[in-house]
Amino acid sequence: MSEQADLKRRANLEREDLITFLNAAKVCTGQSEFYGDSRGQAVSVDFLHDYVMTNYRQLYARTVAADINDFNTARVVTNLLRFPHPDLAQRRAEGELIAAALHTMPPQRSYRVLARLREHGICNRRTKKIVRDYLETRPDPKFHALKYRHQIKQLVRHFHLRTPGDTGKFLFHGHRAKSYDTELFETFRRAHYNANAIYELPYTVAEGLATRTGVDRQKFLEKIAPKLTHRERVRLQQSGAGIRGVELDDLGMIDLTRLAFYLLSRPPAERREKAEQYESALVRSAARAARRTPLQLGHVHVVLDNSYSTTGTRETHNRPLALAVAAYYLLQQCTEKFRVHWVTPVSNPLLAVPRGHTNLATPILQALAEKPDMVLVLSDGRDNDPPGGAAQVVHAFRQRLDPERRTPLFHLNPTFDASSYGTEGIHADMPMLGIRRAEEIPTMLAFARFVDGSADLEELEDYLHTRAQQFVANAKEAVA
Amino acid sequence: MKHQELDIDLKGLEAGQPQAWRAIRIVPLLRDNPIVDLRLDQRCYDNELAWIQLPDRTAYTSWIPHAFVAQWTPDDKPVPALGTQMATKPKHVDHIFFREDKKVARREAKRQMRFLPLHTSLEGYLALHFSGPPEWNFDYTRDARRYGLSPRSEVAFPAHWLPGLEDAVRRFEIQDGQVGALYFVADALAAAFVVPHPDDYRQLHRSVLLDFFGELLHQYGCAYHSLGEVIGELDHDRIHSLEDVASELERVRQDWRELLKLMASGLSTRTSHAQRVYKMGRHTLYRFLPEFKPGAENHIGEVILAQGGETAFLKTLRLSEAQTKRGYLLSSLANADWDLDRCAAEFGQSVTQLITRLYNAGFEDLVEPHAKR
Repeated sequence: MSEQADLKRRANLEREDLITFLNAAKVCTGQSEFYGDSRGQAVSVDFLHDYVMTNYRQLYARTVAADINDFNTARVVTNLLRFPHPDLAQRRAEGELIAAALHTMPPQRSYRVLARLREHGICNRRTKKIVRDYLETRPDPKFHALKYRHQIKQLVRHFHLRTPGDTGKFLFHGHRAKSYDTELFETFRRAHYNANAIYELPYTVAEGLATRTGVDRQKFLEKIAPKLTHRERVRLQQSGAGIRGVELDDLGMIDLTRLAFYLLSRPPAERREKAEQYESALVRSAARAARRTPLQLGHVHVVLDNSYSTTGTRETHNRPLALAVAAYYLLQQCTEKFRVHWVTPVSNPLLAVPRGHTNLATPILQALAEKPDMVLVLSDGRDNDPPGGAAQVVHAFRQRLDPERRTPLFHLNPTFDASSYGTEGIHADMPMLGIRRAEEIPTMLAFARFVDGSADLEELEDYLHTRAQQFVANAKEAVA
Repeated sequence: MKHQELDIDLKGLEAGQPQAWRAIRIVPLLRDNPIVDLRLDQRCYDNELAWIQLPDRTAYTSWIPHAFVAQWTPDDKPVPALGTQMATKPKHVDHIFFREDKKVARREAKRQMRFLPLHTSLEGYLALHFSGPPEWNFDYTRDARRYGLSPRSEVAFPAHWLPGLEDAVRRFEIQDGQVGALYFVADALAAAFVVPHPDDYRQLHRSVLLDFFGELLHQYGCAYHSLGEVIGELDHDRIHSLEDVASELERVRQDWRELLKLMASGLSTRTSHAQRVYKMGRHTLYRFLPEFKPGAENHIGEVILAQGGETAFLKTLRLSEAQTKRGYLLSSLANADWDLDRCAAEFGQSVTQLITRLYNAGFEDLVEPHAKR
C-alpha cells in the first residue's frame, strides 16, 4: 500500500517537474524581465534543461512538439545532439524529432543552432546526416545559400558537405568569382559593381551591400520596398517611425500578438487618431486566430494586468502589456459572453499604458462576483495591494466558497522568474500556465488539465507522445 | 537663527500598500488634494564638489549632485511653468573642479527658490553649537575656544551604494495620486520623501538615488537580503460570501496601514530644534533636528509646511548612532553652559568619564587632556 502511495507521489512529482519545464520553456527567452536580469535567466534555464534532460530523456525530446518557444527548442536540439542517447531506437526517434524541430523553426534560428554545434566540437556521422538532410530539404536552396551564406558556409566547412552546382563556388568565393550560371548568384555578383542590381536581391542581403556602397538609406528603402517580406515591413515600421515607401498595406494580416506589440509601439497621438483603423485590424487579426483554434468558451471574465511592471525591460519593452491587449481582442472573438477587468482602468485597450500599482485582488473579486463560467488572470503574478492579496483571495474562494471547483480559475503568466526556475504562480489553487502569444490561449486551456492535477502523469506522457507523432508527421508532410 | 517648536508628522497624507524588493520596502504616501500653488523641480549638477558660502561667513562643502527648485504663487492659483533653469559655472582651482554657490536655500527669481535637499538640514546639524566653548573656560583647547568646532565633518553613504535600492526604486510601481514615499531598509525607517503634487513625484521618484544615507542603514542594506513575511492572512472562519472576502481584504489593508504607522513612528515627533529657512507665500521651509535620544531613531530633515500645518514637502535622513551621540553630547554640554562638572553631574558620571566619551565620539581636539579629574 505504502509502495503504491510512493509510486503515486513520484508520478505526481514527475508531472510537476515536466509542467514546470514546459511552462518555463514557453516563456523564457534569456532576455531580462522586469523582475530579473538576463544573467540569472541564463543560469536558471540552463539548469532546467540539464535537470529535465538527465531525468526524463524521452519526454525532454518530445517537448519540442509541445509549443515551446524557439529559444528553448534550439536548446533542446543542441542538447540532444551534444549528449546522444546510447540506445539506437531512442536515437532514431530523437533524430526524427530534431529534423522536425529544425524544419519548424525559422531558418535563421535553425542555421544558428547547427552552426553552433561547431563550437561544441560535434562532428559525427549522425549529426552530419541531420545537417545534410536539413540543407537538402530546403524548398529553395539557392536562395538560402544567398540569404544565410555565412552560416551555410560554416556548416559546409565543418561537416565536409558536398554542394550541388556552383553553390560551393558561391559560398567560398562570393562576388570575386568570374561569373555564375545561377541567376541569383550572378545578381549578387553584379550588385557589387552595379548599383541597380542591389534591388533585385532579398532585403537582408541588399541592406548590407547598400550600406557598404554608401547608398542613401531613405532612397534604398523606397526602392527595395517591393522586395520586403511582410515581417520585414512590420519590423522596419517599428524601428524607424514612418519610413516613406514602406507603409503597411494590411495590418489585419499580421499575427495578433505581433500586431498588438506593433500598435503599442506607435505614439499615443497616432493611436488615438487612427483608433478605428487599428481596432478593426486587431479585430480581424483576432478573428483569424480564433478561426484557427475553434474553441468556444462560455461566460468568461478576464483580469488583465496593465500595471507599471508590464513595461517589461529595454529588451522586452511593453511585451506583457501587448499580450494583455492581444488577449482582450482574442477572447472577445472566442467567447459567448466576455468581460474584462483591467488592473488600472482604461477606456480603450488600444490606448493602454503601463501605469500604476498592481491591485489584482479587487478585480479578481469583481470577476468572481458575476459568477462566470471561467476566470482568467493575465499577470506577472506579483501584486502589492495588499501584498500577496490575490493569492489570499484565490485561496479563500477555493477553500470556503467553491471547494467543488465549479468555477475554473486560470493564471496566464508571460514572464519568467529566474529565482523560482519557472513562471511565478499566484497560488497553488490557481493553475498557472506560461504564455508566449495570445493566440495560444485556447490551446493552453486544453493543456490546463495537466497543470491542475486532474490528469495524471500517464495522460501527460500520452499527450506528449501524440503531439510528438503529429509534429513529426506534419514536418515530413511539409518536406514531401 | 531662532529655534522653534514644530510637529513633524505626515498630516494630510495617507500610507498606501508597501512594495518590497530584497531588503528594501517602499511605502507610497497618498494625498487626496494635491497642492498646486507650490511645485518642485529637480536640478542636477555635474559630478563635482560644491562649495557653499553661508551668510555667517562659514562654508559648507560636500558632493551635492542635485538641488530642488521650488516655485510658488502668492494666491492659491496653480504654478504656471516649471523647469526654469539657472546654471552656475564650475570653477577650476588647482586641478579640483568645484562649484561655488551661496546659501543652502537661495532666492533665484521672483517666487522661485532653490534649496539643497538634505544638505540644508545636514548643514544645520553640523552647525549645532558650532561656535564652541566660551573663551574663559580653560578646560577646552585653545583652538576650540578661538575657532569653535571648525572644521566639523560627517560621513554619509551615497544612496546608490545601498545594495538593492536602485533596483527597488526602478521596480517600484508609482500609484496614481502618490506624492511621497517612506523608505525602509530591513524594515528600519531610512527616509521619508514627500512633494506637493503627484506629477512632481513622478518626476522626482528617482531623485532619492542622488541622496545619501547614514552608515547604519548602509550596513543594514549589506547585511540583509530579504524581508520576512509580515501579515496578510485572511481569516477563513469569517468568510461566508464574496463580500466577506472583500471586507477581510480591507482589514488586511488596514492592518498594513497600522503596522506601517508603527514602523514609521520614529519619524513623527515634536521637535524644538526647528529653524525657519525660507518663507514662500503661504508655505514655509523649515529644517529640523531631533531631540538626540541615544538608542532611538533620530531623523534630521527639511519640511515645507502650509499655513494649516499640512506637509507640502518633507525629506529626512536617519542619523547613525555615532552621529546621534555627537549631537547628544554637544547639546548636553551646551545646555550645561559648557561646564564639564555640571554636565558630568547631570550624566551621573565623573568628568574623566565624560571626557573619554567626548574623545570616543570624535571630539579629540575639543577638551584639554589636563581637564581630566
